Amino acid sequence: MAAIGLGHYLAVSAILFTLGVLGIFINRRNIIVILMSIELMLLAVNLNFVAFSVALGDMVGQVFAMLVLTVAAGEAAIGLAILVIYFRNRGSIAVEDASMMRG
Amino acid sequence: MVQALVFWLLASVVVASAVMVIVARNPVHSVLWLILAFFNAAGLMISMGAEFLGMILVIVYVGAVAVLFLFVVMMLDIDFEKLRGGFVRNLPLALLVGLVIAAELVLVATAWQMGPLAPAALAAPVAAAPSLTNTQAIGTILYTDYLYAFQAAGLILLVAMIGAIVLTHRTRAGVKRQSVRAQQDRTPESAVSLARPPVGAGVDTEEGVR
Repeated sequence: MAAIGLGHYLAVSAILFTLGVLGIFINRRNIIVILMSIELMLLAVNLNFVAFSVALGDMVGQVFAMLVLTVAAGEAAIGLAILVIYFRNRGSIAVEDASMMRG
Repeated sequence: MVQALVFWLLASVVVASAVMVIVARNPVHSVLWLILAFFNAAGLMISMGAEFLGMILVIVYVGAVAVLFLFVVMMLDIDFEKLRGGFVRNLPLALLVGLVIAAELVLVATAWQMGPLAPAALAAPVAAAPSLTNTQAIGTILYTDYLYAFQAAGLILLVAMIGAIVLTHRTRAGVKRQSVRAQQDRTPESAVSLARPPVGAGVDTEEGVR
């Protein structure tokens, strides 16, 4: 087994990010799983930040990872709140039904 | 050797659970797989030496975000059967996009090399203060150099909290609530009325007494 370095962690985070994108496209109708896929992508970004921070010996990467974490938490809260009121109004969460604004 | 073993274990579990998140048929199972993925990602961060972020990841993601997802999935009466279709129909496009992104990431990762100036341009080098623990090192720069970013993060959380409350708050008909304003605005004129019932007739509660 080779020594574990920056490249290994970057590979894991790349796989995670790709899986997040895949999840968005596979579960196009289920907005809850889409939100979870976005969380996966943000997790991959965090892993990237931390991996580079440790590899370069620079603490700023970890500070930015904390900020990404904050935004991810706020995004999940707002997204789920919108989901709840959408479900309350329409009785369904199918993404295709979201055409009230003709978007 | 131990580090390699830990890495391969955590990495394989995190990738496998991420796959299960996006292919699980039941969204509740998706959330539970997501929690497993978060735990193992936190383990990866700790194995890198970023123990504070690993613990924060567990607290924020598992303790707050995943529980929020579980609440929404379980409390809304969503018909997930209707949302399930189209897996096979979406798969070709999804695989195409995933392949493109994966190829680009691989290309970037293999073509990338550290620039000559990058090691010299560190903003907060760890080597400058080797005696600090990870948490202390984050604290010393988060509360000094990145104070405004920290405050902005707090504002983002405040706006998210107020936004979530405003969005989901509703006034439901038929629910009695205390209204301090209405209580204080009450005057004897609006609350009390005099009645002069005829002898032996009594007071009609519908009309005589408000």
